[in-house]
Amino acid sequence: MTLTPDQLRQALVESILDVAPEADMGTVRPDRPLRAQLDIDSFDFLRVLEGLHARTGIDVPEADYGKMETLESSLAYLATRLAGS
Amino acid sequence: MAAWIRKPDEFEVAPNLRDYASARAAFSWERARASLSGLPEGRGLNIAHEAVDRHLGGPRADHCAIRWLGREGEVRAFTYRELAAATNRFANVLAALGVAAGERMFVLSGRIPELYVGVIGALKHRCVVSPLFSAFGPEPIATRMEIGEGSVLLTTTTLYARKIAALRPRLPTLRHVLVVRDDPADTIPDGALDLVALLAEAAPAYEIAPTSPEELALLHFTSGTTGRPKGAMHVHEAVVAHHATAGSALDLHTDDVFWCTADPGWVTGMSYGIIAPLTHGITLIVDEADFDAERWYGILERERVSVWYTAPTAVRMMMKGGSGAAKARRFSALRFIASVGEPLNPQAVWWGMEAFGLPIHDNWWQSETGGIMVANFAAMDIRPGSMGRPLPGIDAAVVARREDGGVTEITEPDREGELALRRGWPSMFRGYLHEDERYRKCFVGDWYLTGDLVRCDADGYFWFVGRADDVIKSSGHLIGPFEVESAFLGHPAVAEAGVIGKPDPVAGELVKAFVALKPGFEGTDALRRELLAFVRRQLGTAVSPKEIAFVAHLPKTRSGKIMRRLLKARELGLPEGDTSTLETPS
Repeated sequence: MTLTPDQLRQALVESILDVAPEADMGTVRPDRPLRAQLDIDSFDFLRVLEGLHARTGIDVPEADYGKMETLESSLAYLATRLAGS
Repeated sequence: MAAWIRKPDEFEVAPNLRDYASARAAFSWERARASLSGLPEGRGLNIAHEAVDRHLGGPRADHCAIRWLGREGEVRAFTYRELAAATNRFANVLAALGVAAGERMFVLSGRIPELYVGVIGALKHRCVVSPLFSAFGPEPIATRMEIGEGSVLLTTTTLYARKIAALRPRLPTLRHVLVVRDDPADTIPDGALDLVALLAEAAPAYEIAPTSPEELALLHFTSGTTGRPKGAMHVHEAVVAHHATAGSALDLHTDDVFWCTADPGWVTGMSYGIIAPLTHGITLIVDEADFDAERWYGILERERVSVWYTAPTAVRMMMKGGSGAAKARRFSALRFIASVGEPLNPQAVWWGMEAFGLPIHDNWWQSETGGIMVANFAAMDIRPGSMGRPLPGIDAAVVARREDGGVTEITEPDREGELALRRGWPSMFRGYLHEDERYRKCFVGDWYLTGDLVRCDADGYFWFVGRADDVIKSSGHLIGPFEVESAFLGHPAVAEAGVIGKPDPVAGELVKAFVALKPGFEGTDALRRELLAFVRRQLGTAVSPKEIAFVAHLPKTRSGKIMRRLLKARELGLPEGDTSTLETPS
């Protein structure tokens, strides 16, 4: 699948909003821990990843969860996953 | 019968509790009390003194007390001497603000060093500390602070802006908000104080005033099926149990590096994530970041953690990733693993053997008990799936409630009943704040009734069966269905809501809500999403439902009570049991 960075971002944001529809993505600071800013717990996070997988086909292995700490690092990481797949 | 995990005859580190029967026979709470120091010159007993100051005169003074691991890899370490000075400063900050002994300080923060300094410092100043979980939304925060009449709040700039600022008008008793910047660029909001600056100006010496062992120290909120959350009150004497139980059930030794992964927003993170390990003068690991299996394996290995106290949800999340990641590491210092929060399934106990070469020792307790009551001990054979046996000093029994209001002890093995504990251990709660009636209802004669259904086998091992009420246990946290249902009712589309715990292989239970809509509303996906946002905004992720289902109406008793048991049976496709009290839908 080819996705532009904007499409990738949108897929992530939509997956977040499925789980935490109250999230105000406009206030998220891209370089700060994402989950803490949006009140997303470990369980929510797994569901975000499921939504992301359904939208993009990207599978994030557990060992890489740490690479998705901030919005910025998540998008950078997902881009490499996309390039590698 | 379940298989046993047999323990060796010889251990590299001799367990504190070697022989169960003789340890129980020899134990007394008076002796346990004597192993603590007490305030100098017989001025009483104060948790903070036992945790920190008493080590200053001895060889532990320059031992590392807290090794804090930041989210981004930074490390801060405090020796006992440094922790004593920092907590003295905090006590002086409270004194300078005119905060009096007995006032309630609430804590709403991630796991930052100032939280630990604040909790101990406030106890030194004889304030009552009440922890809030940082993933609570504004509603659970406000409810608890209203009941507790908090006058001081320790929080961070981000949490203040997101959850507290808008609540201030609802919290008239709140006089002082001490905030810590999440980012150096953050500004201190109006109506709040810069804690780090205040600490820097405060004097590093403070003498703890005389403290009665029966003085209130901690207020832990917990949930029942109905009504508002209950504030379980604990006194300074609880430290006797914190110390003794950490020795017997967690097998803490002087040279240990101990990691309790529980958040101090809950009782485990307070009793065993702060107080108990410090009373033993050992090194406590604190990780600021949330659960991440790789990160955790790295911490266990690199920090040379020797005793690790964690939770079933975390273990099950690690299990999902397989044991390969753990086996690739060398946990050369790790010698004891324990777990609490909800029953640990036998597979998880065995998985510990596979991944770490060590079984995981389940234990049992609750906010009301203040400390571990039933445990699998280091030297004791384990029956995987069992919560273990009562600690020295704790008498546990399986009882049945009688119609006349009394209880009958069930002595026949393997018969289900309610877990009861004989009152009188030091960390037993002394009441629910402003709720004497609810407190009294917890006791029948000498027995405290825990609300947990158990059975006890012929070898004296206790097994968890279920809750006697409708309280939900998700990721080890107790959630009251009423609190969640109430949040739904504020939405104009909602006629009524019923909330249950839906079994989940990882979290134990997940909160699931059944919602009946008012006439004219349709249960669309858009509305489901709107309701989810509506309740998450109020409750925060820790308490909010993970699933919402629309139903035409909720099953209720003739007296109008929602039959959550029936909702749950239907959800699971189980027989509906006794429905004789069910109201016939009109």
